[in-house]
Amino acid sequence: MIEIENLELYYGSFQALRHVNLSVPERSVTAFIGPSGCGKSTLLRTLNRMNDAIAGVRIEGKVEIQGRNIYAQDMQIEELRKRVGMVFQQPNPFPKSIYDNVAYGPRLHGKTKKADLDALVEKSLRSASLWNEVKDVLKKSAMSLSGGQQQRLCIARALAVEPDVLLMDESTSALDPISTTKIEELTRELCKDYTIVMVTHNMHQAARISDRTVFFLNGEVVEAADTQALFSSPKDQRTEDYISGRFG
Amino acid sequence: MQATTSKVRSDASPLAGKRPKHAREELRGRIYIYFCVLLMIVTIFSIVYFIASRGLAPFFSGDVGIGDMLLGQTWRPEGAPAAFGAFPFLFGSFATSLLAAIISAPLGFCASIFMTEIMPKFGRTALQPAIELLAGIPSVVYGFVGLSVVVPFLRNNFPGQGIGILAGAIVLSIMILPTITTIATDSLRSLPHGLKEGSYALGATRWQTISRIVLPTTLPSLLTGVVLGIARAFGEALAVQMVIGNAPVIPHSLFESATTLTSVITLEMGNTTSGSLHNNALWSLALMLLIMTFLFVFVVRMLERRTKR
Ligand SMILES: Nc1ncnc2c1ncn2[C@@H]1O[C@H](COP(=O)(O)OP(=O)(O)OP(=O)(O)O)[C@@H](O)[C@H]1O
Ligand SMILES: [Mg+2]
Repeated sequence: MIEIENLELYYGSFQALRHVNLSVPERSVTAFIGPSGCGKSTLLRTLNRMNDAIAGVRIEGKVEIQGRNIYAQDMQIEELRKRVGMVFQQPNPFPKSIYDNVAYGPRLHGKTKKADLDALVEKSLRSASLWNEVKDVLKKSAMSLSGGQQQRLCIARALAVEPDVLLMDESTSALDPISTTKIEELTRELCKDYTIVMVTHNMHQAARISDRTVFFLNGEVVEAADTQALFSSPKDQRTEDYISGRFG
Repeated sequence: MQATTSKVRSDASPLAGKRPKHAREELRGRIYIYFCVLLMIVTIFSIVYFIASRGLAPFFSGDVGIGDMLLGQTWRPEGAPAAFGAFPFLFGSFATSLLAAIISAPLGFCASIFMTEIMPKFGRTALQPAIELLAGIPSVVYGFVGLSVVVPFLRNNFPGQGIGILAGAIVLSIMILPTITTIATDSLRSLPHGLKEGSYALGATRWQTISRIVLPTTLPSLLTGVVLGIARAFGEALAVQMVIGNAPVIPHSLFESATTLTSVITLEMGNTTSGSLHNNALWSLALMLLIMTFLFVFVVRMLERRTKR
């Protein structure tokens, strides 16, 4: 599904990713773990080319999603982001109504018929398990929702453009435990239809909800394995040190 | 309340011996600040009182009716019978400042979008200082440039003598450009980065993000800049006076002479004796300017409240 080959990424003269080789299977949850500053967000953001906007970024190597090199010349960046959605660390709903937030993406990509939009908004909100809470207040400002609801709205917003991949960068770290649990359950639900790549600082979270786990250190992939295997019998000493809490 | 807590704390601290000195310093600072605030309040109130007492005198003395002044079209202060119709001035002031805003707002918005979204580096180092420089140019220079560039241009390309409403509006539009641009730029810069990222991450292009997220979100602040620009244009006297023609009539086209409240005040103030009806009538014009300023401030406050929401 996602194949990363010999990826090197530099912020100016600083190399943030070194020789990353990784493949992410379809319809599963892959978790990136590792100490702060090791390049998890950077790698995640290369998958929808959000790093392109940063001045001085240089990328070498190949990233293929569904068999297409996303850094190829003819790759339309808007087209890519339509297929690879993203949910950020801080909930960032637009200061519009709940409905308009979810309909924002589809409208960008040319869906304007009201009936289509209505159906899509409902479907996306249902998938993000937010529908029951907001179905009567769709016209209300998204800013009036709680933090956890806002984050689920952002998930619904990302789902509304019907992507194949969903990237989540510490999407629960700004939330309370109950909202976190909701979003974790949601993630398990969503991975039946979507390929999910998430960054987390919380190893328990990675252990709870991911199928595969990738451990990073200083911009390198140290170990990538099935979550069960990685946590119960890590192959690399550094992985073992990290998951047993000896550093990081 | 606060005094008690700080007392308790300083008593308990090992530096308790220093308290009297702190207290004296504190008192001195407080007296100084209160004095400054008091001075400011007294100044503002006396100015308002002075303008209001002079400006309302013609109405109280019964020489001029409020309606006659606001709606009357003839200004003949020394004639017999004298007439104090200020409607053409009000019209001129509104027409020039609103036109100036109509010209300046799109330019200012575009400049600030360019400076924040499109070429932030060039914007910050070159364009922004240049625009801020505009704010520092004295208004007489604007008037002079207007007289020697804008007026001949209008005369050669359009009917009329070149002087008039449009010339005034063009000069004003350049003068208020820094106000509009600076405020717009500040509000665009302070837009949370996450909002734009959220839009890009959904596959929006830069223009879609600007038109659907950036502009709607910052609209109240953008309008604040425009209102402040209009307020500045409304109060500007010299530059407009140099190019507008100063004819106390309601013009029939953009290329005809007109005049503004401020122009009339500056041109006629010197020829009147203090306390005369003519002089007091000019104070009435000043009062109108003051009231307009209050209105503009009020509108800005309302817009700010909307921004916070
Ligand atoms: N825009 C940037 N410009 C320069 N260096 C950057 C930039 N963004 C990140 N870096 C550097 O790249 C390295 C990796 O950053 P990244 O944000 O990917 O880390 P992370 O693993 O996500 O950390 P955290 O867990 O704290 O979010 C860090 O050393 C960081 O300082
Ligand atoms: Mg990160």
